[in-house]
Amino acid sequence: MLEAAKEQAIVARGLKRSYKTRTETVDAVQGIDLTVGRGEIVGFLGPNGAGKTTTLKMLCTLLEPTDGEAIVAGCDLRRDARGVKRRIGYVAQGGTTMREAKVSLEIVSQAQLYGLSRQEGERRGKALLRALDLDGIWDRPCGSLSGGQRRRLDIVMGLIHEPELVFLDEPSTGLDPQARANLWSHIRSLRDQFGTTVFLTTHYMDEADALSDRLLIIDHGRIVGEGASAELKERLSGDAITLTLRTAEDAAKSQETAGALENAANVVCEGNVVHFRVPNGASVLPGLLRKLTDLDVEPIGVEIARPTLDDVFLNLTGRSLRD
Amino acid sequence: MSFFRDTFIIFRRATLLSLQNPAWVIIGLMQPILYLVLFGPLLLRMTSVPGFPPGNAWQVFVPGLLVQLGIFGGSFVGFAIINEWRSGVIDRMMVTPAHRVSLIAGRVLRDVMVLMIQAIVLVLAAMLFGLRVPFGALLLALALVAMLGASFSSLSYAAGLSMKSEDAFAPLINTFALPVLLLSGILLPMSMAPAWLRYVSDVNPFKHMVEALRAVFRGEIFTFIVPFGFGLSLALVLISLWTGARVFRNQTR
Ligand SMILES: Nc1ncnc2c1ncn2[C@@H]1O[C@H](COP(=O)(O)OP(=O)(O)O)[C@@H](O)[C@H]1O
Ligand SMILES: [Mg+2]
Repeated sequence: MLEAAKEQAIVARGLKRSYKTRTETVDAVQGIDLTVGRGEIVGFLGPNGAGKTTTLKMLCTLLEPTDGEAIVAGCDLRRDARGVKRRIGYVAQGGTTMREAKVSLEIVSQAQLYGLSRQEGERRGKALLRALDLDGIWDRPCGSLSGGQRRRLDIVMGLIHEPELVFLDEPSTGLDPQARANLWSHIRSLRDQFGTTVFLTTHYMDEADALSDRLLIIDHGRIVGEGASAELKERLSGDAITLTLRTAEDAAKSQETAGALENAANVVCEGNVVHFRVPNGASVLPGLLRKLTDLDVEPIGVEIARPTLDDVFLNLTGRSLRD
Repeated sequence: MSFFRDTFIIFRRATLLSLQNPAWVIIGLMQPILYLVLFGPLLLRMTSVPGFPPGNAWQVFVPGLLVQLGIFGGSFVGFAIINEWRSGVIDRMMVTPAHRVSLIAGRVLRDVMVLMIQAIVLVLAAMLFGLRVPFGALLLALALVAMLGASFSSLSYAAGLSMKSEDAFAPLINTFALPVLLLSGILLPMSMAPAWLRYVSDVNPFKHMVEALRAVFRGEIFTFIVPFGFGLSLALVLISLWTGARVFRNQTR
């Protein structure tokens, strides 16, 4: 691949993976191209089963691609897997530590596997625990930690060798809202303090919104959309406006009026309710209401909704992310 | 070399993990003692039965217990690797630059060390009961237990990590354990068996290992059965280590 790919954190071309089970072949990832710049936080958003974990495992050397190639942290995935391993950190979806093991044992042995001395592992481990608000758990068994603490410990494990690129698979699944918000601020500070590139997968829109500079949207093993969250939403035809009227007749009149607005799209009337999309809805709405008053039509309810990532996903795939 | 360093790191972690849960180590130590105390006296009464091999009853019985320890001490570690895999530990370690084969070698080494301690306790206890053997014979016995332990712990890790499910692994262990136990003359020597059963048991390599160790305990080191039995166990350990290494290497397929 191009020498220029080595300047990026990740460049993948045509990455594919199929699983053979006894009864069938599952094409989990069907040819993915992606680029992640150094220092970026990129979110890989898609529903369960979309192929996020499979892609991540391939980029982390855990799974051989069926086809395609990638440069990860400047090293060729196929030819220099050890080079990749030295430079990346990986935090798996299902956790990384044994319940029975003491935190210190897991951290120190992990550091040693990266070639660090026991003392250095201890020093870095304690510093990282402090940075992630985990002081005082050094001698505790991993199984005795709360969900949020254990997940932050997973991140400590993935960062012990100070990787330039870290992969987080569904970092906040199973955590309560407070623990999630706390985890997110720690992930952001990773990049802000150390310049670490973060590639994370999630099927939560709020997580993708809260963390990522840029999103890759994946569905059925293919990337279907790409861009910053705000940008992706803007690309949709604006805000969703819902008018509720007294009668179906009023609704029909409103539908006509709304349809005449500049850039209005998807105008539909269902009984006494009218839905449509229009860019910059907040500034369009007062004028529309004035026109309706002139027609002697008075809505009994008005709703305006900024587009969400779910709308983006719906627009790209025809399905909701929530399904 | 980094292979040895990585292996030692895994060995150390596995050992400390065992020590954090000493109940298992103690149960493991108790088992051979229980056999000695509760089964040994029964066997002492059998020495006059036709077909009972020559030698002191303890010289017949203790080699059987040692082989059993070697086989079964290692066989159940597959459950532990399934647990580690489910916790994400195996994937986490496979992403580090550590040598893949170290990940199994370090664990096997820990299992062999635990077995050695158990075997020594067993032999010392048997001596209190009246076992008399030359010192060299004990060293050979420990070597055999180590080879068997390394074999079965590798195979068990390989099977556990291939199946990744206790529900699939448990029946495998059971299917394998009972015939091996019954056909190896571990508890009662096969020389007491009727002809047909003896022929069937001849196919079981573990029978020859037990017979080899019995010969060693009698001081008959230079008989054919000794190199034959030890040769078999050497072949077994090589095949098993290779299998285990292969399964760990191919995890990313
Ligand atoms: N080991 C496997 N064997 C067979 N199919 C698998 C295996 N792992 C994942 N799959 C299938 O591949 C698809 C993608 O899975 P995955 O990458 O885990 O998705 P995600 O992480 O986005 O939820 C799913 O249909 C899943 O059932
Ligand atoms: Mg997943």
